[in-house]
Amino acid sequence: MTNSIKLVALGLITLFGAIAANYARDLAYMVNALVVMLTAGGLFLWTLRNADDSATKPDVSGEYMDGVVRYGVIATAFWGVVGFLVGIVIAFQLAFPVLNFEWSQGILNFGRLRPLHTSAVIFAFGGNALLATSFYVVQRTSATRLWGGNAAWFVFWGYQLFIVMAALSYVLGGSQSKEYAEPEWYIDLWLTIVWVVYLAVFLGTVIMRKERHIYVANWFYLSFIVTVAMLHVVNNLSIPVSIWGSKSVQVMSGVQDAMTQWWYGHNAVGFFLTAGFLGMMYYFIPKQAERPVYSYKLSIIHFWALIFLYIWAGPHHLHYTALPDWASTLGMVFSVVLWMPSWGGMINGLMTLSGAWDKLRTDPVIRMMVIAVGFYGMSTFEGPMMSIKAVNSLSHYTDWTIGHVHSGALGWNGMITFGALYFLVPKLWNRERLYSLSMVSWHFWLATIGIVLYAASMWVTGIMEGLMWREVDANGFLVNSFADTVAAKLPMYIVRGLGGVLFLAGAVIMCVNLWLTVTRQPAVQSNNGLVPAE
Amino acid sequence: MDTYSILREFADSWMLLALFSFFVGVILWVFRPGSRRTYADTADIPFRNETKPAQADQVAKEA
Repeated sequence: MTNSIKLVALGLITLFGAIAANYARDLAYMVNALVVMLTAGGLFLWTLRNADDSATKPDVSGEYMDGVVRYGVIATAFWGVVGFLVGIVIAFQLAFPVLNFEWSQGILNFGRLRPLHTSAVIFAFGGNALLATSFYVVQRTSATRLWGGNAAWFVFWGYQLFIVMAALSYVLGGSQSKEYAEPEWYIDLWLTIVWVVYLAVFLGTVIMRKERHIYVANWFYLSFIVTVAMLHVVNNLSIPVSIWGSKSVQVMSGVQDAMTQWWYGHNAVGFFLTAGFLGMMYYFIPKQAERPVYSYKLSIIHFWALIFLYIWAGPHHLHYTALPDWASTLGMVFSVVLWMPSWGGMINGLMTLSGAWDKLRTDPVIRMMVIAVGFYGMSTFEGPMMSIKAVNSLSHYTDWTIGHVHSGALGWNGMITFGALYFLVPKLWNRERLYSLSMVSWHFWLATIGIVLYAASMWVTGIMEGLMWREVDANGFLVNSFADTVAAKLPMYIVRGLGGVLFLAGAVIMCVNLWLTVTRQPAVQSNNGLVPAE
Repeated sequence: MDTYSILREFADSWMLLALFSFFVGVILWVFRPGSRRTYADTADIPFRNETKPAQADQVAKEA
């Protein structure tokens, strides 16, 4: 019965995809419609071949649902390498404009690849890391299997479809021109459906938990899922011009639209890249250090302070614009206050190692997690400082901002994700240990040196161009033309690109190491060996 | 008064007070007497049930 309904629905979607591709008003929409048609058609055939309503399902309530987590780990590693690679390409396109090849104009030039890079690293790499780890952590800390059966698989594959559609749309020119929210209306709708199911699976598991209390990591994950849903829906309120085309018109306009966009944009940082990853920190650092979190009380205060403050910080992206002064001052004040909970969280993560600091010498995985928290502390100090209006008047629109973002994204999000992957792969594939710890060390140092090169070169070039832009001579005329600043930045742009190459090299080493862990390491004899004595 | 002004006035008075009181309440709640033992137990959650879900008899034993 369910299979017949599924087949009818998939058949209708396939038909609709074909019709949409036929009537498509633009290339991006047409290619996406074809992707939908092929996906739904493929699923139709797959369901048809596997249609057997009589098959009895085995009872799986005695084990965790780890298949989807394994897929999530693989997707994280894959999209990570893709996203870093595109980042290197656009870094060198900025240094050497000739790399915007004539034959690839309108598809592979900087303007088209840049959103591909940001979305690939934030939503594909970071998003899959959050999906995989949240599914892993919520099961362990709730002591129950994921709620909703195959809904978790729908979330995983639905999210991959979102990524593929968004990526194809970007390079073919489909974009609503909102930073970090580029996908057009139909992709937004699809993501909303996937996200609501994600919320249901996560919340369902938390509600069905066998533990009395909800572990703090789940609080962070839940706030990430709920807030991103709210941000996504409000920021993407738009009316499509036609159901057969990708173009849409925003409901809000002018400064309201700008404020909504940066309320979204900054909270994408605050809840996607911070709250979600703090959930990872609160589970994986205690696990790897083999001791509970330093202060559970602090973690609760950290949580409430963080979510109460972050939501107000967005206006600091719009200093000295049409935004009212009071709003931008509000954003600045809340950003500065936000420094405190951020460092409260950092201290909590670092102090979890108190009494186990020797592990830093012997365990490169925990070293990776600790430097992630270190970078978190550094970028959450830099951010509030840059949000102060006087500093912002120098830093805004310069490469300093890009450097700041990357010390947070590469240092904090990247390193904590790598640490989590090194933790997860041996557990998920039932292996005794990682293939090579010295490869982890190589990854650690390559990535760290890469980030240092990146951040340092962006500080230099950012502050330099900020100073050059505002430099006036004795008569009050500007001294430098814009092209002067571009020429002066070349050496730093090359250093930045090299930093990216080092970071990518580390990630490739990680992929090789994880692959060999799965294929070469012996399996653990009994998977009950890790159950604590009762 | 127009909607904007009403909302604005409400936001920077009662709503601000409500949010701030909630936050102060959270801090007081965290430091309530007896919370240390509860939180020590909660902080230990990651070290239980790593390989398989808690079974019914095990839950009964803990309760």
